[in-house]
Amino acid sequence: MKALYALYSDPDAAQRAVNSLKLSGGALGIAERQIVVVSSEPFDGYDFSDEHAQTRIFLLASIGGIFGAILGLLFVRFTQLVYPLPTGGMPLTPRWTNGIILYETTMLGAILTTVVTLLITAGLPHLGRRLSDPEIWHGKILVGVTDPPETARPELEKQLRLAGAAEVKTA
Amino acid sequence: MAKTAEQIRADLLRPLVRTSPAYWFAVAVAGSMVLAGVFAFSWQVYHGIGVWGLNWPVFWAFDITNFVFWIGISHAGTLISAILRLANAGWRRPVTRCAEAITVFALSIGAIIPICHLGRPWLFFWLVPYPTERHIWPNFRSPLLWDFVAILTYLSGSSLFLLLPMIPDAGAARDLVKGWRSKLYGLIALGWEGTPKQWHRLESAMHIMAIAIIPVAVSVHTIVSWDFAMTPVPGWHSTIFGPYFVVGAIFSGIAGLILAMALLRKFLHLEEYLEPIHFDHLGKLLLTFSLLWLYFTFAEHLTAWYGNDTAEMNVLWATIRGPFAPLFWAMVVCNFIIPFPILAIKRFRTITGACIASATVVIGMWLERFLIIVPTLENKFLPYSWGTYHPTWVEITLTVAGFGMMALLYLVFSKLVPMISMWELEAGVRKAPIYRRRAVHFDPQHATAKAGLAEADVSR
Repeated sequence: MKALYALYSDPDAAQRAVNSLKLSGGALGIAERQIVVVSSEPFDGYDFSDEHAQTRIFLLASIGGIFGAILGLLFVRFTQLVYPLPTGGMPLTPRWTNGIILYETTMLGAILTTVVTLLITAGLPHLGRRLSDPEIWHGKILVGVTDPPETARPELEKQLRLAGAAEVKTA
Repeated sequence: MAKTAEQIRADLLRPLVRTSPAYWFAVAVAGSMVLAGVFAFSWQVYHGIGVWGLNWPVFWAFDITNFVFWIGISHAGTLISAILRLANAGWRRPVTRCAEAITVFALSIGAIIPICHLGRPWLFFWLVPYPTERHIWPNFRSPLLWDFVAILTYLSGSSLFLLLPMIPDAGAARDLVKGWRSKLYGLIALGWEGTPKQWHRLESAMHIMAIAIIPVAVSVHTIVSWDFAMTPVPGWHSTIFGPYFVVGAIFSGIAGLILAMALLRKFLHLEEYLEPIHFDHLGKLLLTFSLLWLYFTFAEHLTAWYGNDTAEMNVLWATIRGPFAPLFWAMVVCNFIIPFPILAIKRFRTITGACIASATVVIGMWLERFLIIVPTLENKFLPYSWGTYHPTWVEITLTVAGFGMMALLYLVFSKLVPMISMWELEAGVRKAPIYRRRAVHFDPQHATAKAGLAEADVSR
């Protein structure tokens, strides 16, 4: 992966850079997915961040909870019916006590689904090369373009500088 | 706290690479306690569980006291952290990881104790329900099995709740430290990049986890209380045991958290991050729970006294004016008489004051767990089933080792992971103001970003 990027101290400047890259991207032969933003903290409230806010993680967590409940129900009922304990005339599959197990398996299902969804949708674990710079851990925001066409480099560099970058780097 | 991102990372990563003599001294003390516990446990395995002071009719004592105590301490972390996250309390940021780590370690210690209590602890895996030739399947009517499921859920959830926000910090540490540590953090970071999409997914996941973990935390200690309350035995068969245990758990948990934070502050030099305001807020929470604890204790004992049932009265009198009276009144002093004035008077609610109050609460809550269990078992319905209990050195050593284990795990963890979430702290320092949410937007009709604050910057 080749990349051209700049570092910004200010999220407003990073937003300007992203905006101008998007505007000129079509003419320069750059797709939106090639524009990369990397930061050491979340920047809620900025378009470069909020355009990724749409997620179905809540829905999937709920489905995971339902799945956990079904699994829990099958587990307790199967066990109680296949290995019947002497209950002294009481119900073999008591709803109240089974409900406690189901409650826990529901929550466990929701929690595990949330984590799995996070890992899948966030692309983790990521084993390939990643665009990064040690400066981002000192508060800078990286805005760059991956695999830019050679002909577009001077214009991209100009756009990144116009947005407020002191230096444009390559990776 | 007006620190730059660079300063924050330097301050919080420093304890990972530099070790003071005080740290090694603390490791030596905690390690010695754990080693003593290993010796006591080996002794028990060799000679059998008869080396404990348990005998008919008292078959539960120090072990279950410790079990309930550590499960209670575990409520400090994830529950408090989750509530503060959902409430979006800004002051939570330096506190959450310290708290979440307590949960994971205290739960682990709590979960080990029932295994120690098994006659043949090396066969602990027989507890796991799986079909075998033994035809041993769990009885889902037993609160002990509910414990197993609830603790498994809470431990899984709490561990993930601790680990997820560590991923970005591990990414930072991976790029900022050298040697084997960099490789270790590379593994934990899972290739974290820090793209907006990853940040949003992480924040959404943490939000859902916080929502899910609160009812789980409440259920765990409620179910622990049902180990007792489901038994028609004087002193235990109470409908308020669920909330009583939950309140006690959070009470002892906050106390444990304050003590842990004070030690971290001192030994890792985090004075600029764990500030007096954090101890003040937690001190107020501790005060609230001290009052709640008093209310529940009073309600529980008043109901028993007013009912005047012979068996209940035997337990009550044994507890408050019989052989257990010194422990009972020590508990009241530790849980209310000492902490209340310290925490209620603002002048005393300092870091030192909060630590003194917390230390007494930890002692008081251990005594409370003991007093719930042993007096009841010593005074059942009929005099022929009465007995006495005296702990042996093995039980006392294992109890001390539990505290040593907690300290040791915490010390090791503090050496491997920044004890304060760096990215959350940074986000708190430089949170985007609300007005910018509308001001800075992408307008495809114009050649430059033209909105609000951004426009002024571009035109310059």
